[in-house]
Amino acid sequence: MDFLNAIVLIANFVIVPALTYGSQLALGAIGVTLIYGILRFANFAYGDLMAFGTMISILITWKFQSMGITFGFLPTALLALPFAVVVTIIVSLIFDKYIFEYYRIKKSPGVTLIVVSLGLMFVLNGIVRIVIGTGDKQFFDGHKFLIKANEFKELTGLNEGLAIKSTQLITLITTVIIALMLFWFLEKTKTGKSMRAYSNNEDLALLSGIDPSRVVMITWVIASILATVAGTLYGLDKSFKPFTYFNNLLPIFAAAIVGGIGNPIGAFFGGFLVAFSEIMITYAYKKVLIYLLPESLEPTSLMQLLSTDYKFAVSFSILVIVLLFRPNGIFKGKVL
Amino acid sequence: MRENENVILSFAIMAVLIVFVGVFQSWGVALSILNLCLISAVMSIGVNIQWGYAGLINFGVMGFTALGGLAAVLVSVNPVREAWSVGGIEILVSIGLILLLVLAIKVISKKIVPSKKRNILIGIIIVLFIIIIRTISGPAIEAIESVNPATQGFLGGLGLPIIFSWIVGGLFAALVAFVIGKVALGLRSDYLAIATLLISGIIVSIVKHEDWLSRGVKNVIGMKRPAPYEIDLQQAEWFINLVTFLNSSKLNLINDVIKKEKFLNQLVMDASTIFVKLCFAGLFSTVVIILLILTQKALYSPWGRMMRAIRDNEEAAKAMGKNVVKQHLNIFIIGSSIIGMAGAMLVTYDGLFTPVSYQPLRYTFLIWIMVIIGGTGNNYGSVLGAFIVWFLWIEAAPISLFLINILTSNIDHSNEFKKHLINSVPYFRFIIMGIGLLFIMRYRPKGLLPEKIKIQKI
Repeated sequence: MDFLNAIVLIANFVIVPALTYGSQLALGAIGVTLIYGILRFANFAYGDLMAFGTMISILITWKFQSMGITFGFLPTALLALPFAVVVTIIVSLIFDKYIFEYYRIKKSPGVTLIVVSLGLMFVLNGIVRIVIGTGDKQFFDGHKFLIKANEFKELTGLNEGLAIKSTQLITLITTVIIALMLFWFLEKTKTGKSMRAYSNNEDLALLSGIDPSRVVMITWVIASILATVAGTLYGLDKSFKPFTYFNNLLPIFAAAIVGGIGNPIGAFFGGFLVAFSEIMITYAYKKVLIYLLPESLEPTSLMQLLSTDYKFAVSFSILVIVLLFRPNGIFKGKVL
Repeated sequence: MRENENVILSFAIMAVLIVFVGVFQSWGVALSILNLCLISAVMSIGVNIQWGYAGLINFGVMGFTALGGLAAVLVSVNPVREAWSVGGIEILVSIGLILLLVLAIKVISKKIVPSKKRNILIGIIIVLFIIIIRTISGPAIEAIESVNPATQGFLGGLGLPIIFSWIVGGLFAALVAFVIGKVALGLRSDYLAIATLLISGIIVSIVKHEDWLSRGVKNVIGMKRPAPYEIDLQQAEWFINLVTFLNSSKLNLINDVIKKEKFLNQLVMDASTIFVKLCFAGLFSTVVIILLILTQKALYSPWGRMMRAIRDNEEAAKAMGKNVVKQHLNIFIIGSSIIGMAGAMLVTYDGLFTPVSYQPLRYTFLIWIMVIIGGTGNNYGSVLGAFIVWFLWIEAAPISLFLINILTSNIDHSNEFKKHLINSVPYFRFIIMGIGLLFIMRYRPKGLLPEKIKIQKI
């Protein structure tokens, strides 16, 4: 019984939150890594693109809510998501056309493009703050909990409860579906293969007749889909604040690099790796150990490796360690 | 010589703009813009040394600024004796243990051949040390933080004049830059950008959460000043006489004695804040001028030529026998220590240390915009960039309010859209900065004052 209690405790405070957070990071990291692989620069505007996409889906959700349209027990935001995705795609294609294309044709070094993306970051940041403000925005509706801690306790008779929010399940399912679709697209379709070829060796890809502008366009489309979905899921799960999206960019970068930048599968696992280590290292294991150990060995301290204040620092340290020992990431990078 | 004219002309325009603010808004605002422009100029000189001279991307500006701020706290705040007596020794021992740990890892990785066993050994040692350090420092930290938590709750500093912290801040930043450089400088340039950004995040989170060191989010307020205090000035005989003398024509117009007294009081109050800001401006511009002279000398010395050679063609420089890695490390340390100095100057000017205010947008990316708009590789350019960008950053809100009012002048005041726009005026600065950067990158990629390259005739 104690053993089960310990497992439930860990599931409730470590596994479920880490899976949710990891999914959100994984989607973002795939977006960053795709842009890096195809367009060959680290896009610092990606966090704010996520914020922008989320803002659009919030606005559409509010519109739907005011019109009385809901999505049953699911949040209305999921209904608004496809429209938001379309808007974000259009916006990022416009940005590509008027900002990034020039440097691509000029074959500017990646460093220049980083600086350009900083400019775009500021612009998007400003737009989001002007349109929706800096405060906390709630746009969640529908059923909040799949199972509440109390219900779980009554159901199983255990001391510890397991609470699963519906947004957590939605996040996980959406992430798995999108990731599977994306990997199928990259592995099996002709367009996906041409993207991988372009990422692997640009000159050879051009020689074999791959249209670079098409590849670039599809990259932006996929990246915008991922940004909007990841951003909206994050906003549903926590709450929307433009500021947090920039902060999330950093663990996303960490995830992308840890997985080997340019490698979508690596980025996917990198996201979960970063999320799990962030939560596992900052979790206080005192209660778990009380369940597991005999009474004489019970710990008196919190049994916490690092305080939760250092959550972000954990992902950064993982990145630094990976960069030191395996600069190409855990999975080999630079190949789509 | 045309370039020199450009430099003088653009700085003259900047001076006119600041005077303009002084005349139309107030001299207090104008001087605080000037002071922050000067501090930003120091930061952008630091970034320019790294990016313009050597092509290193350092997105860790925020971290070094925070270190400088921490230095200001540790140097100038009076030591909290009670806190030292309850936990000082344990903290010192813990710091010693951390140094010992680093030393041990160094020795192990040097003496034992790389293998899996060695890595495990290092891992075990790290975990062991962390446990020991936490058991020693944990109670001590708790004890320190419970000493008078409303105003103290930390070890305090050395109680020295704050101006020393400018040098100490530079040293702190240099030390950390040495460590970061050792770790990260071998990376590709885009990795370096991300790594420095993340490491600066770690530094700020340490400053934010180690309350025993920096009071963390509780902030340190009321720091010392190298300039006189307003209240002292308002009571000083010579200062009142000076104000009376400067405004004698205005004062003579008033006949009523009480009114005259009141007016004089008001004048003295205004003048005292302006005087304090002028003192700061004097100190800061001395630093900027000294830095400009030194960096200009360095840029056109053999060392500067070597740095440019490394930047433009690393392989060729290596072939010429230049130690690229070492030079990169040097320049990373020099640039970062200048940024650290600016961080200490900033805290000195504000008189308070607020770790929460260290945001990458403001302290890293804004400085980068300054360098790029001003002109990479040109010290005058980066100073000019600092002035322009900071001026716009502050004045963006009034300017955009003015524009919104003109553009929507035919829309009624109760219109929701107009109200919303006016409420979000502070955020227009982000858009202005972003668009400015995008335009400069597109149409004048070398910045407003491009790098001067002297070609020597043989």
